[in-house]
Amino acid sequence: MAYLDAASTEPLHPAARDALLAAIDAGWADPARLYGTARRAQMLLEHSRGEVAELLGARPDEVSFTSSGTQAVHLGVLGTLRGRRRAGRHLVTSAVEHSAVLHAAETHEADGGTAEVVGVDILGRVDAAAFAEAVARPGTALACLQTANHEVGTLQPVEEAAEACAAAGVPLLVDAAQSAGRLPIPAGWSVLTASAHKWGGPAGVGVLAIRKGTRWRSPYPEDERERRRVPGFENVPAVAAAAAALRARAAEEAAEGARLSALVDRIRTEVPRLVPDVEVIGDPVRRLPHIVTFSCLYVEGEALLTELDKAGFAISSGSSCTASTLRPSHVLEAMGVLTHGNVRVSLPRGVSEGDVDRFLAVLPDIVRRIRASLGVH
Amino acid sequence: MWRRRTGGGDAREAAPPVEAAGPQERPALTIDALGRKCPIPIIMLAERINEVPMRDVVAVLADDPAAFTDIPAWCRLKSHEHVASYELPQGGWSIHVRRNY
Repeated sequence: MAYLDAASTEPLHPAARDALLAAIDAGWADPARLYGTARRAQMLLEHSRGEVAELLGARPDEVSFTSSGTQAVHLGVLGTLRGRRRAGRHLVTSAVEHSAVLHAAETHEADGGTAEVVGVDILGRVDAAAFAEAVARPGTALACLQTANHEVGTLQPVEEAAEACAAAGVPLLVDAAQSAGRLPIPAGWSVLTASAHKWGGPAGVGVLAIRKGTRWRSPYPEDERERRRVPGFENVPAVAAAAAALRARAAEEAAEGARLSALVDRIRTEVPRLVPDVEVIGDPVRRLPHIVTFSCLYVEGEALLTELDKAGFAISSGSSCTASTLRPSHVLEAMGVLTHGNVRVSLPRGVSEGDVDRFLAVLPDIVRRIRASLGVH
Repeated sequence: MWRRRTGGGDAREAAPPVEAAGPQERPALTIDALGRKCPIPIIMLAERINEVPMRDVVAVLADDPAAFTDIPAWCRLKSHEHVASYELPQGGWSIHVRRNY
């Protein structure tokens, strides 16, 4: 089986596996207690925090670990809105944020706040001028922008957005889930969120960093863990593994990112050459190194995934028939691109060139057969 | 409500418009794809667009949310013109496409 769904989750990095196994023995005790085993767990937690902070460009005391990237986003969005309540209740996001951001925005609206969605162009890039205009509106409490899109790989103009936010005195939450460990974190964030399993750490570890001076108040009941930002007992072994994966990943990225990006370029070039009536989606240049998305006209997404699975490829799609909601991906809709017959290829660390060759070899016939079954020749 | 809010007058160039008023021009052909899932409505459109004279309008009736995005995207890829999409009283849309060649 060739695994081409790294954007859903990256396989555990070997460095994370080693760190996890060591930390299960060394870091199981309660880091909030004062005896020897507890202090060891606490040292491991704080050492990991220091490493993650350094690699993401934050101070250690700005960084908290959550139980997922989604929880980091929920806490980041709702906590900052709560802390900024006196400044206003207006929230600005792009139309292509992760559903965690958009669902937090719905919660904010249900609570009487207002939310505004700024559109994107056909490459999936947010309109920086419209974003700047939106954050400058009186009463804007928070703006949210991802570093890069999780479905199409397009990079967002985060630094431009951050300048506009700074000029308006509005904090910017930057969701770096897809880019952390692969690309440097852009400057100018007030709140930063990320997810360890996207960079090769274990599941169950998110990062919430809140810049000094940013007003934030927990939307949850009082709890003393993680500087009162995240409730519940810390998963120290998983955090240690997440830090080890991020460090290893950052060290490899110059070589591995370039290699994956060249394979993505190859897929972007070859798919429309090999398969008629295909639209390759997203920015061809300002993009993540590992994600490429395309849609095949006259093909049902689910049939495509099923056939690719039979041929030995683990892959995902933004087409509606593959979603539990039976609605097309909000990202593809906002871009105004074809949503049916959609395939997202996302390359994990170490993917072989042979897997990509084989994918390109089997795809044309699979698409042709599915089209033929619908009477399209 | 299936459609994402766009905020006040933002720059959603990519989003197809929904017209409140009725069509300006009577379609030469209406394709009923109600109840059909994408890509079937688009396959029906591609099969039949050449039945109408050049520059005439085909209306596709569809209620799969994917069709609302995908028929205008098909027009862009195939160099036909997406005239407008009109909401139907029973749900779904009448999506008007002008044959360009």
